[in-house]
Amino acid sequence: MKVEQLYAALKKSQEAKGIYFNKDKELVFELLEALVLNKERYGYMACPCRLACGDREKDKDITCPCDYRAPDLEEYGACFCGLYISQALHNNEIESEYIPERRPPEKIF
Amino acid sequence: MTRNKTTLYALSTCSHCKSTKRLLSECNVEYEYIEVDDLEGEERKAILADIKEMNPRCSFPTVKINDTVIVGYKKTQIKEALGIKNES
Repeated sequence: MKVEQLYAALKKSQEAKGIYFNKDKELVFELLEALVLNKERYGYMACPCRLACGDREKDKDITCPCDYRAPDLEEYGACFCGLYISQALHNNEIESEYIPERRPPEKIF
Repeated sequence: MTRNKTTLYALSTCSHCKSTKRLLSECNVEYEYIEVDDLEGEERKAILADIKEMNPRCSFPTVKINDTVIVGYKKTQIKEALGIKNES
């Protein structure tokens, strides 16, 4: 899938849920390209900012959108990678901040 | 400027890792670069064990500057550890 197509498809499906792409479009495209690359090398869109092990089941929690996106959007207004942001951050109601890793280290192989 | 021993543990696809790489290059820092997603088997296990010792969450980027470990792309802290003055 081309990055532009992925961008358009995700923008539509995520905005319907009140989740937006980061306003830094360069960052968004860099991350979408990384997702496409991970799809090619692992067979699924593993989070570009985490170490995937190549096993779809074991990496299920970090397959984008990851399991940690919802709590990170809630607490920090953005996901760990910065690809997605909450409505509050999108509307400049909150400020962006550093997001610590939430994934338990025992899940890393 | 004293010579720093700097190591960047990163992932090839991670945006925060790329930002960290850019920062180190901008600051003309010589550093060892370890792309962990490209490692396999025992080599990967050994590096992961090293990272977990410094950063129990084992997240990326992890930067080691001499004895200081910085987790994440934290520009001010990285520059401080390198002995570079931050603009106020």
